Amino acid sequence: MSAPDSPLLAIVGNPNSGKTTLFNLLTGLRQKVANYPGVTVEKKIGECWSQHGKKLRLIDLPGAYSLNARSPDEAVLRDVLLGRRADTPRPDRVVLVLDAANLERNLYLASQILELGLPTVIALNMIDVAEARQWRIDVSALSTELGVPVIPMQATTGKGLLELKAAMSRADLPRPRWHSAPLPEDIRASVQATRARLLASGAIQEQASLLEPLYLLSDHDPLHAGIRDEQLAQIAQGRDALEKAHPGWEDQLVQDRYAAIEKLCARVLIRPECEPVTFSQKLDRWLLHPVLGGLFLLIFLVFLFYLIFKVAEGPMGWIEAAFASLGTWVTGLMPPGDLRDLLVDGAINGVSGVVVFLPQILILFFFIGLMEDTGYMARLAFIMDRLMSLVGLNGKAFLPFLSSYACAVPGVMAARTIDSPKDRLITILIAPLASCSARLPVYLLLLSALMPESVSLWVKAGIMVALYALGTFGAFVFAWILNKGIMRGASAPMILEMPAYRLPSLRSILLLVWQRARAFLVRAGTVIFGISILIWAASTYPKSDSPDASMRLEQSLAGRAGHLIEPIIAPLGFDWKIGIGLIGSFAAREVFVNTMAVVYAVEAGDEEDMTPLRDRLRQETRADGRPVYRPLVCISLLVFYVFAMQCVSTMAIVRRETGSSRWMWFQLACLSGTAYILSLLIYQTGSALGY
Amino acid sequence: MHRSSTLAQLPIGSSALIHSMPTGRAGLTRLRELGLTPGVRVKVIRRAPLGEPLQICVRGSQIAMRNHEAAHILVTPAEA
Repeated sequence: MSAPDSPLLAIVGNPNSGKTTLFNLLTGLRQKVANYPGVTVEKKIGECWSQHGKKLRLIDLPGAYSLNARSPDEAVLRDVLLGRRADTPRPDRVVLVLDAANLERNLYLASQILELGLPTVIALNMIDVAEARQWRIDVSALSTELGVPVIPMQATTGKGLLELKAAMSRADLPRPRWHSAPLPEDIRASVQATRARLLASGAIQEQASLLEPLYLLSDHDPLHAGIRDEQLAQIAQGRDALEKAHPGWEDQLVQDRYAAIEKLCARVLIRPECEPVTFSQKLDRWLLHPVLGGLFLLIFLVFLFYLIFKVAEGPMGWIEAAFASLGTWVTGLMPPGDLRDLLVDGAINGVSGVVVFLPQILILFFFIGLMEDTGYMARLAFIMDRLMSLVGLNGKAFLPFLSSYACAVPGVMAARTIDSPKDRLITILIAPLASCSARLPVYLLLLSALMPESVSLWVKAGIMVALYALGTFGAFVFAWILNKGIMRGASAPMILEMPAYRLPSLRSILLLVWQRARAFLVRAGTVIFGISILIWAASTYPKSDSPDASMRLEQSLAGRAGHLIEPIIAPLGFDWKIGIGLIGSFAAREVFVNTMAVVYAVEAGDEEDMTPLRDRLRQETRADGRPVYRPLVCISLLVFYVFAMQCVSTMAIVRRETGSSRWMWFQLACLSGTAYILSLLIYQTGSALGY
Repeated sequence: MHRSSTLAQLPIGSSALIHSMPTGRAGLTRLRELGLTPGVRVKVIRRAPLGEPLQICVRGSQIAMRNHEAAHILVTPAEA
């Protein structure tokens, strides 16, 4: 994105060190977000100018606790810094972001990175928080000990930014002098032997120091790009040899490093004998209180869902109205014909169906960003962890799953906050089982067709709750099965850092919302748009001259497809007309309502008023005179909708977020297969019992 | 008073010194990397409302873990 002669600076640091806030402060909107090929780790690059107008290229590397990678994020950080990724050049310089108020722990990763030897500047962030705790950090001593410039700063307010930029663009930015502790001789000898073997097989390059094989050896699950199977075997052998040469070598190295850091801290950091109780600690007494903490969480979630379901209704209505009037305008403007129908019924309708979810997605991501930025997200995971552990997940999976009750698309995207790849994948796979808002119109239509007028509102509400409970129960059962049986590899243990609370940066949150909303519009939008046009075409062609819309539909490709699949769905109690509805539902579930309206040639009411369609459904009879929409058929269809994977947007996002179409198809087969089997069981058992 | 116990058994609000933890377990190695090395002082802050996980303070950072991990970490009592 710019001339290659401008230096590439990597921004690195612990999670919660304010790294991304600093990156956003430096680049503003001059940033691009993509994925590293092969893994779903966000790759953010951007650029900024120094005071002297020199261009600097920046890359925001994933937050990590250690170069001994335990997650795809950490593997990406290690590989980029070692120059092991073909898709990303090795950075020329490093901006190392340290949380001053958590200096000792932050120095762990920092000392590993300094030893790599790249020219480095340290951004000593959140210096205000450290000062509030009455810590005294000797900045010049720290700079002397590490051999690199140290700039105290506050990324949230921009204090210290000018000094940092000046250091970043210095032509003579020094290479660090720091070395924690020499490797014990037996460890060194063993790593040296592995290095020679890896060099021979081409897994590492001639210029690689001893550190590169060492970090590869400490990765228990080397999933990084560019390592071939026989090289993986070499690494496994090397690890065995190292374990034999020095049992507990990894733990030994951690201890040696912390011993060196303790000595360093003794020289540069003075902590008061008795620290004042921080604001965070006081707040946590309330927000993590055994009773009040849960209550606050509940109130917060109720408020969030009120916004998503109630407040978003307004803008959603405006969007629908705007597209409807656009449709009317185009209808008036163009002569009747296929092109007009394609534009109005296919394109405009299709885009409207995607954009209408935007208000919910924006609200959801705003709150997710707010929770992450303030530090409440970690508390939410802390409170919910025990509950999620019952099905083998951890607390971080709670919010993505909960979001899926609004829409599985943001739910799947929010699963990025789960660091364990296995938990993240399971969460993505079960997300569509949360009954999303698109199912609501279908549930309402079928419930009103199912129930005579006399049935009280309470019974209907009860069935509604049961449908939601069924989906939730199904999700938990799936999670349990996936966790126990199908997914290989042990779960990473749940270890959660609870960062100090801080004021959110509106800029960072809005950037996140914008990036996620864009990803949704681009990915889901293009797919839904295409599918909408396909479905429109399928229900329009081949054309017949029948004046009756439902006759035309029956003659169309979609109608024929409905007939075609009738033998498959008949055992579930569905006829070919329902079949057309199911096919249409693949674009989005709520399309079922509109499709049924066309099938039965009734005026499509809005979501509030389905009376005409409902009455028509009730009158519909089979050849033998029995009603089509018997209670048993309705229940079978409802259960089908609870479980079936019928959402192309979700499929597109799952493909994007899991990095392959394999899991997308797996999910489709599992969920729709379960839906089919359950509906089959219900209808056949019910019929046998005479319902 | 030099009876050793596990981190999971410590009462809320008490402090202790890490005595030892078994080597070679990935989860425990990560806890070491977060600062829980032998000899370091830890304080038990609280448990989550449902009993787990356990929140501790070590080297100035707040870390939560489950009993499954905490039960493997041996500690000795520290004087206030």
